[in-house]
Amino acid sequence: MVQILTEFNGTRHAVHEINSKSIVMQSNNFNLWYGSNHALKDINLNMQENEVTAIIGPSGCGKSTYIKALNRMVELVPIVRTAGEISYRGRNIFANGYEVEELRTKVGMVFQKPNPFPKSIYDNIAYGPRIHGIKNKKILDEIVEKSLRGAAIWDEVKDRLNENAYGLSGGQQQRICIARCLAIEPDVILMDEPTSALDPISTLKVEELVQEMKEQYSIVIVTHNMQQAARISDKTAFFLNGEVIEFDQTDTIFSTPSDQRTEDYISGRFG
Amino acid sequence: MRYIQEDLVMKRMNKRLISNKVWKFIFFIATSFALVSLGMLLYRIISQGIGFLDWEFITNFASRIPENAGIKAALIGSLWLMSVVAPVSIILGVSTAIYLEEYAKQNKLNDFIRMNISNLAGVPSIVFGLLGLTIFVRLFGFEKSILAAGLTMSLLILPVIIVAAQEAIRAVPNEQREASFGMGATKWQTIVRVIIPAAIPGILTGSILALSRAIGETAPLVVIGIPVILQFLPTGYLDTFTALPMQIFDWAKRPQEAFQYVASAGIIVLMVVLLTMNSIAIFIRNKFQKRY
Repeated sequence: MVQILTEFNGTRHAVHEINSKSIVMQSNNFNLWYGSNHALKDINLNMQENEVTAIIGPSGCGKSTYIKALNRMVELVPIVRTAGEISYRGRNIFANGYEVEELRTKVGMVFQKPNPFPKSIYDNIAYGPRIHGIKNKKILDEIVEKSLRGAAIWDEVKDRLNENAYGLSGGQQQRICIARCLAIEPDVILMDEPTSALDPISTLKVEELVQEMKEQYSIVIVTHNMQQAARISDKTAFFLNGEVIEFDQTDTIFSTPSDQRTEDYISGRFG
Repeated sequence: MRYIQEDLVMKRMNKRLISNKVWKFIFFIATSFALVSLGMLLYRIISQGIGFLDWEFITNFASRIPENAGIKAALIGSLWLMSVVAPVSIILGVSTAIYLEEYAKQNKLNDFIRMNISNLAGVPSIVFGLLGLTIFVRLFGFEKSILAAGLTMSLLILPVIIVAAQEAIRAVPNEQREASFGMGATKWQTIVRVIIPAAIPGILTGSILALSRAIGETAPLVVIGIPVILQFLPTGYLDTFTALPMQIFDWAKRPQEAFQYVASAGIIVLMVVLLTMNSIAIFIRNKFQKRY
């Protein structure tokens, strides 16, 4: 729909795009405690469809905690307590009766350290579809190919799908993990410092991939690397001591931040 | 002002190097001690027993004449015993380990349970024998059967299997669980598809080693009152039976010298069974480890 309008009338494009981009995830006064440690304080953020939202900030600022709250992975830590809400497509994910299994099918995650299963490449990608009940070999084959193509690694591994994923390089493993995440056909993809364990070339590949993937998915990425945030994201949130200091268009954050602390951080004065 | 003075360093150098060699020697002696004892034991058993070890020894029942004595009833009895112990202890043990590691919350009660399972592994086997006698033989009325002895042995090795399985499960990296949960898998799916396959080498190795302990254990069988001289084979789980260590114990305490050699032959059979089981454990561990 968007594309058709674009072709007919270039001037309407921008207007239409803004209207069509709806909010996928939104947090309202979200708070989180680890025991008595108040790790996230009144977080208000919203993530828009088909955008890359980057979260930056120094170590211990709560950025990883926040992204893990978005698919409730943070609940694996037993002492966690939350208040306020995070909604996915208008539904509070912390509400009673919202099953985490359902949420995580829609909100997938790629982790900091590549964590493929010690299985074949094929079984890694087919893991998600299989747990959701797909047994048909032909459908699984198609999902595996589509996901590996989606993660730009099909050509590298198509001849050795039955080999153990652990035999791949770190960068390839991470793209396998991205493909595995795509295989459950999520709506949102959360990436928790996905390139921090990778070499520069693999990092570049993952960054290019993120750019391609946002056509279809909404992406939230936590990163240590400010240049990375500047390169790949549409919006950037700067976290400090569990608070959102500033959240704006990435261009604005990196050129004319409105808060002094943001400016200090991005100019490398601390962190 | 330098803190490290070269002449002092050189003066102490010799002493350090000597103490380095002395410690290496001490550790080597400690290792040799175990190996030499094992070698002597094996030599004595094999040289005494090999004369009595022939096919008839395997196929004959026990006898008052040493030349005719055989181990058939005990060998078959031990296999029957294992057919109870293996499924009961592995199913209960692995399930318990999964519960404790994956489901049980961190609280004082569960810490207490975890600690006591480890303690249970150190309880003398004769105590388990008395427990089995009270519960399975008398209370449940299983008499001196394979079932009563098998359940008693299962209780005896259960703590060992639980601890081994817990360690194997704990060794599965958390990232693997996160990867599975992150795709919307339930806890059960994660356990079946990720955790168990990764932990199975450790679980099987621990289980087989525990089973080989059960096959060599005598005290609980003595307490239960398992007979030693049987001229028939069991046909069901409620039949009575005899087992390898019981038979060996009986031969060893007989006055005739020839029976000492029969006992040695019995020990060789028992050790072959044990070594076979341990080799299977090692084989399984290596085979699965290659895949992961």
